[in-house]
Amino acid sequence: MRRGNIAVIGDKDSILAFKAVGVDVYPVRNEFDCADTLKKLARTYAVIFITEDIAEKIPDLLKRYKTRPYPAVIPIPGAQGSTGLGMKGISDDVEKAIGTDILSDK
Amino acid sequence: MARLNVNPTRMELRRLKTRLKTAVRGHKLLKDKADETIRQFMAYVKENKRLREEIETELSLALRSFMLASAVTTSQVLEEAVAMPAFSVELTTAEKNVMGVTVPQIAVKAGDKKELYPYSFASVSSELDGSIANLSELLEKMVKLAEVEKTCNMLADEIEKNRRRVNALEYVMIPQLEETIKYITMKLDENERSNTIRLMKVKTMLEER
Repeated sequence: MRRGNIAVIGDKDSILAFKAVGVDVYPVRNEFDCADTLKKLARTYAVIFITEDIAEKIPDLLKRYKTRPYPAVIPIPGAQGSTGLGMKGISDDVEKAIGTDILSDK
Repeated sequence: MARLNVNPTRMELRRLKTRLKTAVRGHKLLKDKADETIRQFMAYVKENKRLREEIETELSLALRSFMLASAVTTSQVLEEAVAMPAFSVELTTAEKNVMGVTVPQIAVKAGDKKELYPYSFASVSSELDGSIANLSELLEKMVKLAEVEKTCNMLADEIEKNRRRVNALEYVMIPQLEETIKYITMKLDENERSNTIRLMKVKTMLEER
């Protein structure tokens, strides 16, 4: 199976910019749209970036892709700025592995 | 701790002793694996955090200037401008083994960057140029982030699984085996003693006759 491209899923305003740099963009309107698109793209793309505000609404689907090498589904901040989901993902990983979040600055 | 339901025989005892030896060795190996996996995981997670912080700030800036660009041009013009990208990004994907976990390894196959801007400068504002230049530089970093973050996810999963195995061995398997071995030894000793006593009794009875 050959994989080898990048896709971006998100609201149109946030992701249109990626089109200019040669990345495939898939604008979606709501989380249902997004879930369908993600399932379809997961078969062919190696890396899928997804804007945080939409990624927040489909945590179950994202969890499904976590334990496989490909595709890498990665949340990125959208045009509205970061919601902190990506950083939370890192903290979750640390907590899962070590039992307590030793990286946070609190 | 409950002992296993086995017959107290010599054969069973021998079998259990080998099992205990294997369990102890397995426990030690898994514990070493856990230590090393966590060490590697920490390195990856630090890298992950650094990359993500960088990308989140830079991407927000790039997207903001793109928003500004879209504010001063009509959406049709903007869409037209980015509709036909001048170059495409391709990835080379492979798999790597980190502590027995298969993780992705992704690299950007650099396309020929003769022309970065796929539009004429006359139709759109200068914010777009900056935004796109930033983004194309950022893309490589984002792919790196994808690789590292995925590795972190998978390592975290593996560490959790491994910890369960270590704990099951340490707190269930090994005590159970030890308890059963002790039980069988005691039982065998007891049989031995009762046998001796029986012989002594028989001897006195024979002498009395």
